[in-house]
Amino acid sequence: MIKFLLMVNKQGQTRLSKYYEQVELGKRAALEADVVRGCLARRKEECSFVEYKDYKLVYRQYAALFIVVGITENENELSIYELVHNFVEVLDKYFSRVSELDIMFNLDKVHIILDEMILNGHIVETNKNRILAPLLALDKMAES
Amino acid sequence: MSDVVEKTLTALPGLFESQTGAAKITNRLRQLIKSITELTSKHEEENLIKRELSAIKEQVSSPNTTMKQMREIMVRAMYCEMLGYDASFTYIHAIKLAQQGGVLEKRVGYLAVSLFLNEGHELLLLLVNTVLKDLQSTNLIEVCMALTVVAQVFPKDMIPAVLPLVEDKLSHPKEIIRRKAVLALYKFYLIAPNQVQHIHAKFCKALSDKDPGVMASSLHIYLQLIRESPDSYKDLTGSFVTILKQVLGGKLPVDFNYHSVPAPWLQIQLLRILSLLGKEDQSTSELMYEVLDESLRRAEMNHNITYAILYECVKAVYTIHPKAELLEKAARCIGNFVLSPKINLKYLGLKALTYVVQHDAKLALQHQMTIIECLDHSDFTIKRETLELLFRITNAQNVTVIVEKMLDFLCYVPIKTLTFAPDNSWFIQTMNDVFSIGGDLLQQDDPNNFLRLLAEGKPEEDDQLRLYAVESYLTVLKGHTSHLPQCFLQVMSWVLGEYAHLQESVDRREVIRLLTQLLDQRSVSSETRVWILSALTKIPEGQTDLILDLAESLSSSQDTVLRQQAQELRHLSQDSQLREWVLVENSCAVDSSLSFLDGFVSEALAAGAAPYKPPHQRQEELSLNLEPYSFSLPVSLSSCSITDRQSPTLLSVSSGLSGNSAELSTLILEGVKRVWGKDGYLPQKEATAPPVDEPSAAVQPASQQEAAERIEPRPEPSTQNQDKQQLASSLFVGLGVGSSVSLVRKLFYDGFTASLRGNVMDCLEARSTSVCHYALLMDDPHTNVSLTGTVSYQTQPGHTNTLPFSGTLSTADFIRPLVVTTEEYGKLWLSLSHDVKQNLKLLTDAGDPLRTTLNALKDALQLHVVDIIGSEGIVACRLLSGAPCLLHCRVNGAALAMWLRSPHPALPDFILYHCQRALAHH
Repeated sequence: MIKFLLMVNKQGQTRLSKYYEQVELGKRAALEADVVRGCLARRKEECSFVEYKDYKLVYRQYAALFIVVGITENENELSIYELVHNFVEVLDKYFSRVSELDIMFNLDKVHIILDEMILNGHIVETNKNRILAPLLALDKMAES
Repeated sequence: MSDVVEKTLTALPGLFESQTGAAKITNRLRQLIKSITELTSKHEEENLIKRELSAIKEQVSSPNTTMKQMREIMVRAMYCEMLGYDASFTYIHAIKLAQQGGVLEKRVGYLAVSLFLNEGHELLLLLVNTVLKDLQSTNLIEVCMALTVVAQVFPKDMIPAVLPLVEDKLSHPKEIIRRKAVLALYKFYLIAPNQVQHIHAKFCKALSDKDPGVMASSLHIYLQLIRESPDSYKDLTGSFVTILKQVLGGKLPVDFNYHSVPAPWLQIQLLRILSLLGKEDQSTSELMYEVLDESLRRAEMNHNITYAILYECVKAVYTIHPKAELLEKAARCIGNFVLSPKINLKYLGLKALTYVVQHDAKLALQHQMTIIECLDHSDFTIKRETLELLFRITNAQNVTVIVEKMLDFLCYVPIKTLTFAPDNSWFIQTMNDVFSIGGDLLQQDDPNNFLRLLAEGKPEEDDQLRLYAVESYLTVLKGHTSHLPQCFLQVMSWVLGEYAHLQESVDRREVIRLLTQLLDQRSVSSETRVWILSALTKIPEGQTDLILDLAESLSSSQDTVLRQQAQELRHLSQDSQLREWVLVENSCAVDSSLSFLDGFVSEALAAGAAPYKPPHQRQEELSLNLEPYSFSLPVSLSSCSITDRQSPTLLSVSSGLSGNSAELSTLILEGVKRVWGKDGYLPQKEATAPPVDEPSAAVQPASQQEAAERIEPRPEPSTQNQDKQQLASSLFVGLGVGSSVSLVRKLFYDGFTASLRGNVMDCLEARSTSVCHYALLMDDPHTNVSLTGTVSYQTQPGHTNTLPFSGTLSTADFIRPLVVTTEEYGKLWLSLSHDVKQNLKLLTDAGDPLRTTLNALKDALQLHVVDIIGSEGIVACRLLSGAPCLLHCRVNGAALAMWLRSPHPALPDFILYHCQRALAHH
């Protein structure tokens, strides 16, 4: 099960956070700082998985941005690693070459995309067209 | 990697102007984002968000705020909450937005609700009516978002109100609505399973939905249901198998593919379900053998995602009722994983192996080399996973080795993961556990590293940590202490001595009392007592009475060190001036550069002293010096002395002859027969082996060499160090001959198999003794080599005395441990050509025969035991400065099957011969 998904840049600034299990607001900043520190401390030749408290962290770096997913022990790390990439490919498709700024300026839309992919910590959709369909419909309405 | 382009922040202004990507962003949100990207400190962030929050507050309470503006306000509030600042006053407005806004605003309203409110939040009740209304809307987008929010957060008690509407949606013509309805029902099942008891038939309908997306959503429910009671769903096995077959057969629309792999996450989900169904059930398992086989076969494409599927498949094969053929294929797959150079695959392979060894421990044997390699891997995660694996295969035979490895790791963990430590108390508490459990089995470095960590932190930052340590240790000491390991007691006393003063509230008398109490315990070792007394010395004065009592009681101790310390303690406590002078605050600050000696050093250098050289350098240079020396040289080298204590030959020979030395008292340098020239040994009589130049060492005339060193120390390439260390343990022939430093030696050996590689002579002036060092190397192994030689010396010109000596050396004398890692061993093993196999006697008189036997061999022959795993051990040695020989030992019934490999054709035979002898004599 997925516990949280974070998008954090190299400076440790959170660009997006989504928790699938309740974490108090006051504890989130510390958790996020820990998580990014843990990922930054790892070298390129080390694997993309690292233990953190009761979870495993699966992280993937895109330019200066880290996408970190906290998962439970019974989850398949490599499938989550690829899920992250699928997510980025969806963002890429929607924003046509996504950047950190796209994510910042469209925080709500990125969340809407994520909501289509992961629900209650489970992967519910991975088909790119279907993930984007509701958002594209919304965009269309806004235009008219 | 994706082709994500990093638009750097420098592009930011342009972006604001151009409006691309930010076209619909209003001013305030744009301003906020801009400010966030410009933040440089936490303090700035705090100010910014506070300002933002008060601006938001003002805006939301204004009656003129439009829904469109409210939507933007919600995104700003999301930012505030994301950065960790409470924006709870906006929650109600989020609900309002979902209620009243147009489609776009509504979506953002729902999104804000799902981000801000958790399941039990009371405001959620206000959402119910909106959700009800939207579920009945004719606008599909509204229905869709209502279903989404229901599947995310919905008050448990209100489920009955929406359930009929959601159920209706299961037969909606649009697949996305059906899919969302299934997910909403799954959520209901998770939070209130009894509410959806009656609709199991509908789940079944969803499973057979013509749309793959709807079918896939229903798998979440089934996975959950089957996990809870697998027996009730056995009849569905056929359906799941058919679905998986169809997915594998490429029957899904192409857009379900991910990198040409059909619906990988769906495959994983199905494999999980199948493994639950087939577990401990032969007939059900038989239904899925075929599809699992196909799944294993399909995964030939070299992409991460196929490996993710493969991992799940291997797990399934090992979970269900076993089928030999499948097991074999799965085991081969694991091999591909663990041997992969890609670290992520290696990790997953280890994880798979960890899972399967519970069913079949033999699999670990196949990969033992990789496992051992991973155990020393620099990647912490890999190491950790390997330990997990070892833990699963622990048995009576390997338990000691594995526990040892785990303990090595144990202390490494908290220190290494300090960056993750949630708080100080957790860290200290964890370290307390490590010390009290791991205790004296820990390596000495571990407590030292921990103390260094405490000591090296900055005073302000880490005082918190130190304070916590002090507090925690006082609590520990107040409890039962006799079972605590010595190293933990030492750590505690050091910390208390150093940092107890940080804690204002701590009564110093209490600290002294607790520490003194420890001194009274019998179980406390004298080393620990010294630590405790040092701590007591550091605790600030003022408690003279207690200290004096203590010093008094210790003054009659039998331990002289303690008596000495007690005496010091007494003096210090009585003389506060002395105390201040001796115990400077922060006394642990060490001037490691010894800069205070600079003046003295430069003075000495000016006076012609040789610059300092670290001991290892001195020794290396000396033992590598193969330059024939002139007669005057020994005098110039007179201050140096080296003895290799590891060399038994040196000790035995020199002790035998040193008796003669005392009788000679005058030092005569003239008229000595010249036996050594610039080109080495000048053959005198029947010398059969010419000196061989040492390739790795610099060859310089000794006197010049010394001069050169004064100017610039020769860099010592590290690659040579190992060779040099090998050389350092060379065979020394030490000869103590009287005051006559001018020595003449002759050395002969039998055959051509050994070569003389150098010599060094030292003169111990004070004792009128000279020590000569020779390195003897054996190029071709022989069982025995006899060595004869004479020492000629002159006490007066023209008057030569000769002492003959002889000895026998065997191959065993030329064997040295070859220190390699398991990885290096593995590589070397594959590169070696000559091998010999034989069964040897196994020493079975102790609990662990393999270990005992290997230790016996190690003791007898200076072998290096690289590793022992289970019933196998790997050992390495080399001929002194020559060929390596690797030994692979396996317990084979009552015998030890030994397999030796070496580049030298004859070496394995000789080593085997000596091993046999060593074991026979044991």
